[in-house]
Amino acid sequence: MSRLLDQDVAARVLARALANGGRFAEIFAERRQGQSLAIDERRIESVQAGAEEGAGVRVVEGNTTYFAHVDGLDPADLERAADEAAAALRGKRREPQQLQGREATPLPIERRPEDVPAAQKAEMLRELDERARAQGDGIAQLMASYAEARREVAIANSEGLFTGDDRTRTRIGVQAVARRGDAVETGAETLGAHRGYELLEDDPGQIAEQAAAKALTLLDAVAAPSGSMPVVVGGGFGGVLFHEMTGHGLEADHVQKGASVYIGKLGESVAEPLLNAYDDGRLDGEWGSDAIDDEGQPTQKTQVIEDGRLTSYLYDHLTAERDGVASTGNGRRESFRHLPIPRMTNTYIAPGDATPEEMIAEVPRGFYAVSFGGGQVDPATGDFVFGVSEGYLIEGGKVTSPCRGATLIGNCLDALAAIDAVGDDFFMKTGICGKGGQKVPVGTGQGHVRLRTLTVGGTER
Amino acid sequence: VSDLSAIAQRAVEVATAAGASDAEAYVSRDSGRTVRVHGGEVESLTAAVQSGVGIRAWVGHRVGYAYGTDFSEAGVAAIAARAAEAAAVADEDEFAAPPQPSEFEALPGLSDPSVGEWEAARVADLAIAVERTALESDPRLVAVEMAVYADSDEQVAIASSAGVAGEYETSSCYAYLQALAEGEGARETGFGFGLARGPRGLDPEAIGAEGAQRALEMIGAGKPASRSCPVVLDETVAASFVGLIGGGLSARAVQRGRSPLAGRLEEEIASELFVLHDDGRALEGPSSAPFDAEGVPCRRTPLIEGGRLRSYLYDTYSANREGVASTGSAARQGYRSLPSVSASNLIVAPGSHSREQLLAAAGDGVYVNDVAGLHSGVNPVTGVFSVGASGRIIRDGELAEPVREFTIAGELVAMLGAVSAAGAEPRWVPFGGSVSTPPLLITEMAISGS
Repeated sequence: MSRLLDQDVAARVLARALANGGRFAEIFAERRQGQSLAIDERRIESVQAGAEEGAGVRVVEGNTTYFAHVDGLDPADLERAADEAAAALRGKRREPQQLQGREATPLPIERRPEDVPAAQKAEMLRELDERARAQGDGIAQLMASYAEARREVAIANSEGLFTGDDRTRTRIGVQAVARRGDAVETGAETLGAHRGYELLEDDPGQIAEQAAAKALTLLDAVAAPSGSMPVVVGGGFGGVLFHEMTGHGLEADHVQKGASVYIGKLGESVAEPLLNAYDDGRLDGEWGSDAIDDEGQPTQKTQVIEDGRLTSYLYDHLTAERDGVASTGNGRRESFRHLPIPRMTNTYIAPGDATPEEMIAEVPRGFYAVSFGGGQVDPATGDFVFGVSEGYLIEGGKVTSPCRGATLIGNCLDALAAIDAVGDDFFMKTGICGKGGQKVPVGTGQGHVRLRTLTVGGTER
Repeated sequence: VSDLSAIAQRAVEVATAAGASDAEAYVSRDSGRTVRVHGGEVESLTAAVQSGVGIRAWVGHRVGYAYGTDFSEAGVAAIAARAAEAAAVADEDEFAAPPQPSEFEALPGLSDPSVGEWEAARVADLAIAVERTALESDPRLVAVEMAVYADSDEQVAIASSAGVAGEYETSSCYAYLQALAEGEGARETGFGFGLARGPRGLDPEAIGAEGAQRALEMIGAGKPASRSCPVVLDETVAASFVGLIGGGLSARAVQRGRSPLAGRLEEEIASELFVLHDDGRALEGPSSAPFDAEGVPCRRTPLIEGGRLRSYLYDTYSANREGVASTGSAARQGYRSLPSVSASNLIVAPGSHSREQLLAAAGDGVYVNDVAGLHSGVNPVTGVFSVGASGRIIRDGELAEPVREFTIAGELVAMLGAVSAAGAEPRWVPFGGSVSTPPLLITEMAISGS
């Protein structure tokens, strides 16, 4: 089943975890290895490699989870974690169910990054540097980074589940600084996937050119407007808007603790009928995809909004148990040192039938947010913010001046209901999502999306 | 010599044997626990020890890094070999050289025995008391989304072929909550927190009361009108901005043209009322240690005084580039990361104004007590920012109705110039690094609301 965890050892450790009672016990074993390097000031630097292995054991009794993690995967290490997790329980021994191996098929990796010589990765970064600088003399600084990470995981629990996964992610990022006189601007782009080095065999240099072009364009930027106006959001990473304003509020832990504006809204209309949205952990090669979640549940495609109606929350094992439903395969954790919680995988608004040109042409005065640096939401109040990394004014149905320093701000339910057009130009982008001190890779996606009105927080009237 | 120091010494020897001309090993062991409570019950209890080693290898003027958790002889040898291999991939950099050893003074008091003495049940009770205080404060305080207690006791050892050798132990703990209040048809959130070296230093009632008060005072919040006006930043918000200034003072960012403070040394950049130091030995500061992440002694560095920019923050590499001395500002996020430049404890000198006097001086404006979206709404290279905010209207020099869903926007360096008063009472805040600051009055900021 797994080269990380022997079935007999797993059974023994689970029994030990339940020595003082508990209705559920689980072992999450993991080996992580990775390599990263960067180019900055035309020099290859920050070359590093790491390898860690360890396991987390949890025991659940009543509403309480007891969790311990250890470095190392020797049977003695696992037993130590089990004893530690069980130490605070005072009940009677329970017997775990017999383990049944369930084969999961990891996502295919064509070219293992660890088989590619580091020197080749360095050459790739040098090409990114050249391609970005070739965009114009205004490019004053260029930093590009490469990272690969492999996570082999094995999961066994007291309900008899025994499974595993082998995940490899590859990602590059580019940040360009452009300078003209006193004006300084930045542009950033990333490319990442749950794939191997084949991701970078196409033309990674495009990413560098895009980052540089962004920074150069912004040199002519005016200060961003402030106030409420129609907003058109670009495709791809624009999907972070849906991730923040809806996705987080659908995570069942927020819902169950009264900290979501989507409580009691299942089945209700929350958006125009043109809106359909999904969380899909099975998308081929996407950044947020895995074969199974971090509790061993196969990932799935979950429709969260169907024709404007809210159709599902996102569950992990414990929150699903509490609501009497099945896990949606959204139990994720940063590493063996973390407890799983409900998290998004790849979240996206399905393509509509408008073209970006039409959507913009209908706006007399508004704001065009092509891309974001990221966003943040308070799921309990629904207040969200997004930092715009590339934005323009829309005047008379046309895209005009680039703007610097814009943030979009609003409230989830209002903003979701304000989406009045969805574009047909769908694509996905990569993100790193933080929640409860844990970072996990997530995909976001959409075509262009228009909101009737949203607050743009700049400095100009 | 402790076992960690012995591991570090051995790692250095193995790395030089593997072809490194110089090597440094950083070893840490962290035992920690986290208790989350909800509804008067423990929701999760985590206990763990984690340890690892990071090896930095120099091959001539090339640097490589590798880390791992395997302390066996073969394990450390494999890490050392990978570090040397990594160095071969890096480009030559004439300023890359191992830090030289220097004497450092021990810093007693970093570790509080109560971290080890308080059993899990006792710290769980502390978190439950945080939650209970909030829930019992007011009927409109309807729930606590989470109340958390966490602590850690960390041992660090460092050794290098250049002769650096040192170790220390430090403990820390914190508790926080997110409280939910309901009224006028909406839910509001409020956070409260406290930090100390050990659980006996935390006041659960004060933490719970802060979360409750922050949530309750937001009931009925509306959107303020867009305008430019005086703004009072409370300690937590001021700390976030000071943390960003600290990032811009890193010599690494400055030398690479990625700081709004680049090229401004000795220039007038701030109001005389804004005085900033970095102090790696301030005992109350969570980031204090006898030496930094590459073994250089921590110290106090004046950064902004008399309105002028006095110094940047340097690690050994960035100091070598300018022919100056390191300010002991190398930092890492544990054994997994190469050292980089970062502030230790940033300390803003308190001023003379009580909170009431700050509000009175503002006259009509906005009191901001929470910001959101700092990681995406601030450009650290240019200093231009626009972030989500919430707080209270200031009318006739007093706090009035709550406001939320608006942005405050401006430019970091210009904001330093616009500080027109500093509060008299500073607070340690763990946001944006480790910062001690009083509330600050900013003469004018752009507010975007309705």
